[in-house]
Amino acid sequence: MAKLLMKGNEVIAEAAVKAGCRYFFGYPITPQNELVTYMAKRLPEVGGVFLQAESEIAAINMVYGAAGTGARVMTSTSSPGYSLKQEGISYLSGAELPAVICNISRGGPGLGNIQPAQSDYFQATRGGGHGDYYLPVFAPASLQEVADLMGDAFDVADKYRTPVLILADGVLGQMMEPVEFSDKVVEELPKKDWATTGTRGDGGPKIITSLDLDIGGLEAHNSRLKDKFENITKNEIRYEEYEIEDAEYILVAYGSVARIAMSAIKLARKAGIKVGLIRPITLWPYPQEPFIKTRDKVKGYMSVEMSAGQMVEDVRLAVNGHAPVSFYGRNGGVIPTHEEIYEKIVQLSGGVKA
Amino acid sequence: MGERVVFEELLCKSCSLCISVCPKNIIYISNRLNEKGYLAATVENQDECISCAKCAMICPDSVITVFRPEVKREARRS
Amino acid sequence: MTMKPVFKKTKGLTEKATHYCPGCTHGIIHRVVAEVLEEMDVLEDTIGVASVGCSVMTYEYFNCDMTQSAHGRAPAVATGIKRVLPDRIVFTYQGDGDLAAIGISEAIHAAARGENITIIFVNNAIYGMTGGQMAPTTLIGQKTITSPEGRESVSQGLPMRVSEMIATLDGAAYIERVSSHDVPHIAKMKKAIKKAFEIQKKGLGFTMIEVLSTCPTNWGIDAIESLEWVKENMIPVYPLKVFKNLEEVK
Repeated sequence: MAKLLMKGNEVIAEAAVKAGCRYFFGYPITPQNELVTYMAKRLPEVGGVFLQAESEIAAINMVYGAAGTGARVMTSTSSPGYSLKQEGISYLSGAELPAVICNISRGGPGLGNIQPAQSDYFQATRGGGHGDYYLPVFAPASLQEVADLMGDAFDVADKYRTPVLILADGVLGQMMEPVEFSDKVVEELPKKDWATTGTRGDGGPKIITSLDLDIGGLEAHNSRLKDKFENITKNEIRYEEYEIEDAEYILVAYGSVARIAMSAIKLARKAGIKVGLIRPITLWPYPQEPFIKTRDKVKGYMSVEMSAGQMVEDVRLAVNGHAPVSFYGRNGGVIPTHEEIYEKIVQLSGGVKA
Repeated sequence: MGERVVFEELLCKSCSLCISVCPKNIIYISNRLNEKGYLAATVENQDECISCAKCAMICPDSVITVFRPEVKREARRS
Repeated sequence: MTMKPVFKKTKGLTEKATHYCPGCTHGIIHRVVAEVLEEMDVLEDTIGVASVGCSVMTYEYFNCDMTQSAHGRAPAVATGIKRVLPDRIVFTYQGDGDLAAIGISEAIHAAARGENITIIFVNNAIYGMTGGQMAPTTLIGQKTITSPEGRESVSQGLPMRVSEMIATLDGAAYIERVSSHDVPHIAKMKKAIKKAFEIQKKGLGFTMIEVLSTCPTNWGIDAIESLEWVKENMIPVYPLKVFKNLEEVK
């Protein structure tokens, strides 16, 4: 396929269509509006259905219905809308229904603003709704990675029968970059025998529910879900390392901030400071390996986020006290510059040797 | 003559709605306690039943099956 | 003398005995919906959406594919199903707490979109499953555990006539309110529910049948008196009528 210059929100939408998504239920909210707009035009072209719901709550429940028929279905929103979808996502997880949800996150809490932020990390990586469950969370850092990851997101959703979250931010949503879609066509999806499509020709009635009033039954269901999450943790962790082999200090960042951190690292390397980057691509399950193999060698980690400090807690969990973990962040839609991150690296490493 | 109205006693919840609509007033609550602890409704003299099925139509629990004697075609013509 | 069955249990219901209280008309309404689906021979093409309330476990009672939706969201779930499978019959089964309170937005917008689904809306003027709280359809003066002195309009609002409200929407193709309080009305209910499903099958838009229903346990009166209570108190506030019939309009 040729390289295309596209806006992030539209890359997400096109990548979903290429991954076989044919149903989308959305609602307007900045900064992801172009994604909804694109789907409104594009899905009818491929025999799909686009529907603008009356609220994010209605949208996620429409996703629940469509997912129940076994179709590949997606919705997208931004932080306040993502909060409204939490109950629906808990139901999707409890009823074991595959779906892909996008959160192009923005400044919060409350109405916050429409500029980019990463302050939905806790909500994204700790289930977000009621009950014991997790969502696999993919955090792309470039539009090419969006195009490459979307197929995985739908495959993971189908394979494990779970909702999957694409967590990006306003930077990725609004920026334009050249993108090359793979021309791998999604073949016929395997039939989902649990799907409620009517019983004609396929046996007795099927039931999709997350309810089990028998406490033993629900506990058994919870332990099955626990096994599933352990399975996902075993097989689906993705991350990237950048110059950590000889690193004395390691930055930890994801999404758009990871790219800014790389520029800061280049500056620091020039100034003689050995610093590298660990970039989680799946925020849940969170990568442990890159920390385990470095935590006894490095002098310290620094988590860099557009938030008041959320992923830093996962870094501390992974480092487990073996090395100091510090944090640097900007809020409210302010995007940290690579110079200010570089200053922090200098501070962290005790100043640049003359 | 076979039974016109049959009560699946296990399903009955003693709500008496059937009793309230039977035009012949032949349904009553028996003294037979079913597994769920309800006294099942029943009919004694089946021959008074006219198979109108009102009892079955108002029963919330599909307890009642209603039959009508099949009148042979020849019998009517003679 | 061989005996011919005149009335027997419909294949539209499963073998599972229901959990409903003795005399609760949910059971009657379930049976009527199931009979209609069986008689239209669409059981195998039907997907039902259970809501949350006394009828939350209705997915164990209807003998077709069923899905369980979050409280108030059944019309949205049904929309998602119908948009993927437009040739299937999709219905929701909802109580008045589920539809008229938390889920009124989903119901209104499904109707406004002319969504080709059928809503069975059971109105017994109270929250049953949770022990008898006031619902949007609770009558003025009706005692519930959250209107202990009897619902009083100034502070607790007035009964909500959902069928009349939704019938004003152009997307609504057939809206009728019926009752379950006696055998003739049960027969009329069946006619109305059949009409709604037939209109859905013809793809003419949104259909909803509101069924006045009882709650002996939380009304604090016995099952037979409850039927009387519907007639004496509910029907004057919730008249039984066809509020919208697109076919007549055409």
